[in-house]
Amino acid sequence: MKIISLDPRISRISELPGQDETVIVDHQEGWITYEVFHQKKTGTQHTHVGIVHAPNAEMAIIFAKESFARRGATSNIWVVKSEDVTALDYTDSDIFDTTAEKTYRDASFYKTRDKIDQLKGNEGHE
Amino acid sequence: MYGGGYTGEPEKNQPQAQDDPVLLAEFEAKIDRGEKIEPRDWMPADYRKQLIRMIEQHAHSEIIGALPEGTFITRAPGFKRKMALMAKVQDEIGHGQMLYSAAETLGKTREQMFNDLLSGKSKYSNVFNYPAITWADVTVIGFLIDAAAIVNQVINSKGSYGPYCRALERICYEEAFHLKQGHDAFVALAAGSPMQRQMAQESLNRWWEPIMHFFGPSDKMSVHSERLMRWKVKLASNDDMRQQFLNTYVPKIWELGMTLPDPNLKKNAETKQWEFTEPNWDTFFKVINGDGPCNKERLAVRKWAEEKGRWVRQALINPKEKYTLPYA
Repeated sequence: MKIISLDPRISRISELPGQDETVIVDHQEGWITYEVFHQKKTGTQHTHVGIVHAPNAEMAIIFAKESFARRGATSNIWVVKSEDVTALDYTDSDIFDTTAEKTYRDASFYKTRDKIDQLKGNEGHE
Repeated sequence: MYGGGYTGEPEKNQPQAQDDPVLLAEFEAKIDRGEKIEPRDWMPADYRKQLIRMIEQHAHSEIIGALPEGTFITRAPGFKRKMALMAKVQDEIGHGQMLYSAAETLGKTREQMFNDLLSGKSKYSNVFNYPAITWADVTVIGFLIDAAAIVNQVINSKGSYGPYCRALERICYEEAFHLKQGHDAFVALAAGSPMQRQMAQESLNRWWEPIMHFFGPSDKMSVHSERLMRWKVKLASNDDMRQQFLNTYVPKIWELGMTLPDPNLKKNAETKQWEFTEPNWDTFFKVINGDGPCNKERLAVRKWAEEKGRWVRQALINPKEKYTLPYA
């Protein structure tokens, strides 16, 4: 089968890089990364959805729009330099181990009905 | 879209020397509990290496995969098909970006991944080393290659690495549209004039072998990757994924009265397994190692794009900014 390229870059550009030509992308050319936070509609939280590479915050917003807001509802986007995020170390997550045990912080911990019924019952006997 | 044919490095069966046995046990217990591993968690060196390789190949596949389809945007028949194809190609590039980011969280920069693609060191899905010659080829790619990719990606989205799973969930959602628009365009040809049907049939004949190659070599040929399975890097064998694909999509092709160029293709009523002529795996390895119909063209176009885009990227560099690894 004869291979026909329909790619205009193949059929029209005469000086395409050859197999032996080395093309190196310099590390700085990738710019820096921004963490992207997406808000579906006003009144809801911004949620982390991923990262984009961008040279500055304005471009990061544009790339974030293309990457994370192509379909569905979007009301707003935040971008934050990855460098500016301060995060807890996962190895320190054990500080939360006992949180689930602190049931006295939940409304459901407080059960008064029994006492009330008892009180009413006692009144009835008097 | 992405295929298996994952060309990982042969693994060593012993845990590597630098892996602390206590940390390794904790890591494996965490995966057994169904918890995800996050970028800044401890992980075995080989887990990191295999994941980078796999996610990177997936990312390259998205970018290179957009090339044969992208050239058909101007040639797509009609406004509706052009809109759909543009949206799909943009999605694929977006998927590439997301996947590069997921791999980057493991410590390999995006530029290193680009450079390894351009030098031929890292691979991408073999199927994109074949040309899309007619519009029917674009419909077959959209319908069947994306279908195969979804089989692979839905399985991988149950893996153990958090950023990869999150990217895959979004990707699968969008690929569902790729599959539907591809099926729609393919059915339009199959239900069309005799000439349209013939176009679709010829395209199926051309693409069947690459599609059978899509999930990678038969399990009989590849080394059983028990450890990668235990670590939930690989979640199904190549043959299992191929069976799953055949089971869902062969009937969808046959119901249109189209045929597939394999007289031995049939479902065994007893074993419930599909039987087929083993595709030529020598061809697969020949193509993946650079000798396919389009390997040179694909890389030449990528190199050209990087060279011609360089001045824009450089003009925007802010030398005061310091690169750090992304978070998630």
